[in-house]
Amino acid sequence: MSRWPIDRFLLWLLRGTATIAGAIVLLIVTFLVMESLPVLQHVGISRFFTDPSWHPTERLYNLTPMLWGTLFAMVGSVLIATPLGILSAVFCRYYAPPAVARPYRKLIELLAGIPSVVYGFWGLVVLVPLIGSIHPPGPSLLAGIIILTIMILPTIALVADASLANVPQQYVRGAAALGLSRWGIIQGVVFPAAKSGLLTGVILETGRAIGETMAILMVCGNVVQTPHSLFDPIRTLTANIALEMAYALGDHRAALFVSGLVLMAMIAALVAAAEWISHGRIYG
Amino acid sequence: MKRCYDRFRLKKFTALVALSVAVFTGSPASSEAQGNTADQLAGKLVITGASTLAPLIAEIGKRFESLHPTVRVNVQSGGSSRGVADARQGLADIGMVSRAMKEDERDLSAFPVARDGVCPILHQENPVQALTDEQIVAIYTGKITNWKGVGGTDAPITVVNKAEGRSTLEVFLQYFKLKNAEIKAQVVIGDNEQGVKTVAGNRNAIGYVSIGTAEYDATHGVFIKLLPVGGVAASTESVRKGAFPLSRPLHIVTRTAPSGLTKAFIEYAQSKAVHDLIREQYFVPLAN
Repeated sequence: MSRWPIDRFLLWLLRGTATIAGAIVLLIVTFLVMESLPVLQHVGISRFFTDPSWHPTERLYNLTPMLWGTLFAMVGSVLIATPLGILSAVFCRYYAPPAVARPYRKLIELLAGIPSVVYGFWGLVVLVPLIGSIHPPGPSLLAGIIILTIMILPTIALVADASLANVPQQYVRGAAALGLSRWGIIQGVVFPAAKSGLLTGVILETGRAIGETMAILMVCGNVVQTPHSLFDPIRTLTANIALEMAYALGDHRAALFVSGLVLMAMIAALVAAAEWISHGRIYG
Repeated sequence: MKRCYDRFRLKKFTALVALSVAVFTGSPASSEAQGNTADQLAGKLVITGASTLAPLIAEIGKRFESLHPTVRVNVQSGGSSRGVADARQGLADIGMVSRAMKEDERDLSAFPVARDGVCPILHQENPVQALTDEQIVAIYTGKITNWKGVGGTDAPITVVNKAEGRSTLEVFLQYFKLKNAEIKAQVVIGDNEQGVKTVAGNRNAIGYVSIGTAEYDATHGVFIKLLPVGGVAASTESVRKGAFPLSRPLHIVTRTAPSGLTKAFIEYAQSKAVHDLIREQYFVPLAN
């Protein structure tokens, strides 16, 4: 321990804030469990996955179609946004002239700041009718994936950009001195060196894709069903909570908290998987 | 040295906690003091219930507060069932119920404040001018899936339904004697405006929304049209007369016969003075 009082004060302050941050997560989980406990006790966990449908006012509580809806929308958008975002960062760092790179980066930052409801509104009045004219009805998994991709693209683009910037210049110069092509340097030296940063970006964008609510609510159709094609409407777990919470009572309300609990479990699984893939070195 | 320092800080911290606890617990107690002798009407009204009614009652409450500065009106939404339950248990002074009162709710005193109508809407360019009740049921249960089946163009029907728990859905299901599980929808929406935008953006869609919202949007250039139900044209006028079948009364309820502040508020909410507020919320004022 340092002999300076200010250091000790700072240490305790940091311990305090860290405790608060940790406690908030635990409190949220406890709250979710407590609110969903009544329905979990007299309905049982298994019925949330085996009931014929989701009609909570008729005491049917199947969450599986919404779980699939959430997963498909998330996987689809992450698969499209990740390569686009990383390539955008590569362009910005290694190919664009500085006169282009700076305004380009500002534009991406601006894109990150647009509220989700704006994307949703655009999707509702432009994208959905467009998809509807190709393949009715319009509100669909595809609309959700497109909107989500646009929304999470700046997240991965900016994080990837920052992690490429952190790659030591000596690596790049050394590789260039060996006569490697520019793309050769990027994929052989820069990517491996920036791996953990890129992975953090993927986790952040995935988290945002799972958690997004308003835009998804406006373009996905919100029909509770397991989608069989890209043009089928879906409902995500977040949209389910937002749609029904204001009017839910009793078991219906508790069932929505179970939706929240399932979402929380998905995020936890995501973080655990990322930890496992990177062998605990994501944030290193 | 370290001990001493820590102890000093701990003392300071404890004092701070004690102070904040005192502030937090102290203030509500003092603000709850009631019974202003100058004005007969003083105190706090807690109103809970139907989310359909909550915005209207909140507006009425604001105007009531400005007339009686010592009165505070607290409005919380949570559904008609909550309105009934809270009024019964005394958790709220007044409950809001956005439907006709049920048989087993006779123990409550109910006061109608306005009416709300629900009407089917189509895209303006849809050639279909009217649908019978049976046709609407067939469309919503997926027995008719193409507009050709009801005399329209050859195009698949996009059925727009409301999310579970919405009172508009309840009114719709009750009138057409449907269960929500029987409805085969392509789109499920939350509020009325989302329904209007969905139908206006899809010429093959059918939906149903609150008449007030639909009539306002239709007369302000949104591409929708209101369908008659049971041969009665959908308009706020036919709802006010009670002629429109797909409509419901909006009630406020109390556990016992109201008196004092509660009575004054209910009388005010039923008076002509709030008709402009009722129209602003796209509901229909009752005739006198």
